[in-house]
Parts: sequence; structure tokens; C-alpha cells
Amino acid sequence: MAVLVLAEHDLGALSPAVARIVAACSALGGPIDVLVAGQNAVAVADQAAMLAGVSRVRTAADIDLTAETLMPLLAALAPDYSHIVAVSGAVGRDVIPRLAAKLDLMPVTDVIAIHGPDRFDRPIHAGNAIETVISNQPRQLLTLRASAFPAPKLAPAGNAPIEAISFTGIAPLAQLLATHRTEGDRPDLATARIVVGGGIALGSAEGFRLIEQLAEKLGAAVGATRAAVDAGYAPNDWQIGQTGKIIAPDLYIAIGISGALQHLAGIQGAKKIIAINTDPAAPLMKLADYRMAGDLFTVVPALIAALG
Amino acid sequence: MNKILVAVKRVVDHNVRIRVRPDGSGVETDNVRLSMNPFDKHAVEAAVQLVEQGDAGEIVVVSIGPAGARDVILTALAMGAHRGVLLETEARLETLTIAKLLAAVVREESPDLVLLGKQAVDDDSNHVGQMLAGLLDWPQATFASDIKIAADGIQVAREVDFGRADYALPLPAIVTADLRLNTPRNAALPMVMKARQKPLAVRPATDFGIDLAPRLTVERVVAPPERSGGRAVTDITELAKIIADAVTEAEIG
Repeated sequence: MAVLVLAEHDLGALSPAVARIVAACSALGGPIDVLVAGQNAVAVADQAAMLAGVSRVRTAADIDLTAETLMPLLAALAPDYSHIVAVSGAVGRDVIPRLAAKLDLMPVTDVIAIHGPDRFDRPIHAGNAIETVISNQPRQLLTLRASAFPAPKLAPAGNAPIEAISFTGIAPLAQLLATHRTEGDRPDLATARIVVGGGIALGSAEGFRLIEQLAEKLGAAVGATRAAVDAGYAPNDWQIGQTGKIIAPDLYIAIGISGALQHLAGIQGAKKIIAINTDPAAPLMKLADYRMAGDLFTVVPALIAALG
Repeated sequence: MNKILVAVKRVVDHNVRIRVRPDGSGVETDNVRLSMNPFDKHAVEAAVQLVEQGDAGEIVVVSIGPAGARDVILTALAMGAHRGVLLETEARLETLTIAKLLAAVVREESPDLVLLGKQAVDDDSNHVGQMLAGLLDWPQATFASDIKIAADGIQVAREVDFGRADYALPLPAIVTADLRLNTPRNAALPMVMKARQKPLAVRPATDFGIDLAPRLTVERVVAPPERSGGRAVTDITELAKIIADAVTEAEIG
């Protein structure tokens, strides 16, 4: 049997998460097809076709990426596949459970390790416990946390065939009215190698500019705590934690972040953590590989200057 | 709209630092504080606000679990829901089974809107709302940060990976609540007392002819590897060098 990976993409660019989950899916066995649906499907398909390990790219340009329209397409394709896999992002989380109900299957979501075609690890209780589950179902529906799987070492140089699917979609009941994008050309937070995060101690959206300046200096993505987002200092798509984005960068610089349980749940995969905080006893300061106690409004500008 | 159905779950309180049982069989739940899943509180609050604004009539709150799950129904009744239904079971149910049971209740109750938390903070699944929508063939709006009544349904702002997206949904519909949807109220004591007088029906979960057996086998539950603390740095130049070296390392991969 074969694996179908649902591609996430935005504004004509394939999400960097897709390369990671395609590489991870080699542990499932069988050829890997990538499905690219929605606007820009043709341009995105070219990028997907280059990924190592992809047998075939299938496109459905007329189907948009909402759960209601995507689900019938995935259900129609399901008989050809032993595994249907999506990134644990807003699209995958939205559609995979809806598909699972339709196919009467129990999905396994937020997978962080694949032990074989039907045995997976997933975090529970905000990452404070990891469960290993075995599925004896005829077909596996999965979402994978891209941050838990390494980016492939090899540059994409594949040349998989691209085939358009003819599928008459349904007219969705939910209608998109408007989108509000957070501006910026920084790296994708969920897959960034370097992340600078800020907490409530920044004091204002203006104060948060300091985090952005340091991130710009380092070529890093910007993250925020739930408290900082709730206070309106940072947009919602910057939130890191149990209920926001889960990150696993090589370097996480946490500034003015005490380390609430739900924030720590989002950074457990970080390889190196550097914390800057006035309170040396803050939970995150105790976890960090390097910690500097001090007022962030003094430390961070001095740090930016010292970085040259 | 006439009726809103809200689904609530009793979970280990989110302020409790959980303990994994040493034998790998799961997470310790004996003698641990249990309370309503935080996201479900936002769902209940949203329903109560719609009633207060005159946009909805009745709120029915449903929970599935052991007899003790009555507590979270009482919490919702104290917040302003009108009546409760507990589908009682001691069994560990998977999200797919929960969704099927809720679909059975929805077919009986015919609500115009079903509100749920976007995920439960114990299993962190984030499944049930989407599954229920799939079973009923209803439109869904997950991760909602705003709900407004519109002429022919509702308008919902959804939190998505790039920011926010606004959708119009006809009713009936499923909406799952994110944290920024509202600030849930704490029920005052008179409301807590009054909640005990409100109707609360208890029915066995086995009454619906739905197979409750799990599909997945949980082989083991373990604690994640612990991170040990590091070293204090006091000199900015040293900190800058540590960061510069780490950045170089990250870029090499």
C-alpha cells in the first residue's frame, strides 16, 4: 500500500514542514504520493515534485483547503492508501478528524515519533507525558508535528511526475469572507532553526519591537507567550505553547518569559535554550542551557549592539 | 436561534503538575484535582453571552464520563446553561466514540449551534468538533476567536497559521472555541446554588447502541526526558559569543 501526504502551502510556496513529513513517512513503508489542493496547486506541485522520496504528485486546483471541501476529496482517494498524513497545522488539524469520522477510523494526531506502520508516539497533557499507541485499523490517518522530525539533509532534486485529479468538489456551506495576515517575511515559526520569544514583561506592542529587532539580527522567527498575545503585544499566530505553535529550533532565546507550563509544552524540543529574565528563579531560567539575570530593556539593546 | 448545545469534559485541572505512573500504564488521576476543560469554559461562556444578548434561547450542556462528571455540568449550569445531560460511563472513550455519542444527542435535541472547546488539555486531541461536523455533515469553524450573529447564520473569526480568517456559516453549525474567544465568568455563589435546581438528566452511555470499544491500544505512557539546567552568564560580550556560535551551529544544521 501507499502513503498520501497532504501538502500545506501558502501564497504559492510549499510549507517547509512538508519536506520533513515526507522524509518521516519513509518509516511507514510504501511509495509516497503528495496531494496539492487549492489555489496555486500547479506552482506548488513543482516544488513538491522535487522532494526526495516522492513517487508522484497529485493536484486538485479546484478544491480549496477548507475541511468541508478537502474531506470528500481525501475520502475519495483513501481506498488507494494505507496512510493519509498531514502536517499538524491549522489545515491538517481541521480536516483529518472530519475525514476520520467519515471513514469511521480513529486518527492518531500530533505524532512525534513513528515506530512502524501502525505504532506511533504522541504527547498528552501538554507534553508532560508521551503515549505510544498501536492501531490495528485497516488505514491510518495521521497528523505529524513537523518540528519533531529533522529537515532532510539532501537538497531537493527529485523529479516526480505530476498528475491532475479530476474531482467535482462540493459547494461548501462555510464561506470565507476575509483573511487578516500578520505581515512579515521572517522564517516560519513552526519549523525555524532559530526562534526569539518574548513574554508579558515586554510591556507593550512597542516593547515587542525589541524582540523583532533581535530576531532580524539573527535571521530568526519571532514567538510570544499566550499572556503576551492575550495582552495584544503580539499577533495570535506568534503564540508558542500547548495551544499555540509547537517549536523545536536549534536555538531558542526566551526574553522576559517566566515559563508557564503551557508555554514549556511548546518548547520541549528546543535543542539549546538561552533565557533572559529579571527573576533568576523563574522556571524557564532553571531549564535554560544559558541564563542571564537582568532587565531585558538593558540587556537586549546591549546584546544587539554586541552582536555587531 | 432556539437552542445551543455545549459539550464539556472533566479533566485533570490544568494547574496540576501531572505524574506519570511508574508502570507506564498512564497518568495518575487518583486524588488529583479535576475541573472543566479550560477551552470548554470558553464555549459555555460564548453560549451564555449569546443568550444574554437575546440571540439564543436555551443552552443544553452535555458531558460524557463517570458519575463525577456531573460537577462540570453543574459548573456550566452555574455559568448560565439551562439544563444538563450526562452520558454516564466508566469506560475510557476515544474521541471518535465521543463524537458518535454527541451526534446521537444532537439528533435528539436538534440544536442550531453546537459549541465545544477546541481541544481537551488531557489527551490534547483536538478531534471531537471536527468529527461531529463530519458525522452530521454540518459546516465547522474550528479555533474560533469571535462569534457574531449574522442575518442568515453566524460569522466566525478563526485563528489560523498565518493570522486570522473570517467565515460565514449557515446554521446548524459546529464551532470550537479558542482561548481568545472571551473571558469565562466565575459563577457567583447564588448561581452555584441555583444550578443544583436545574434539570440534569443522567443516562447510561450504553443506551445509544454505539460500540464504545477503543480502536487504538495504548502500549505505554512515559514521562518525557528531563532537561537539566545550565549555567549563568553575566557578561554581555560572552552572551553575544554564545549566541553567535549557536547561530552558526544552527545554520550548518
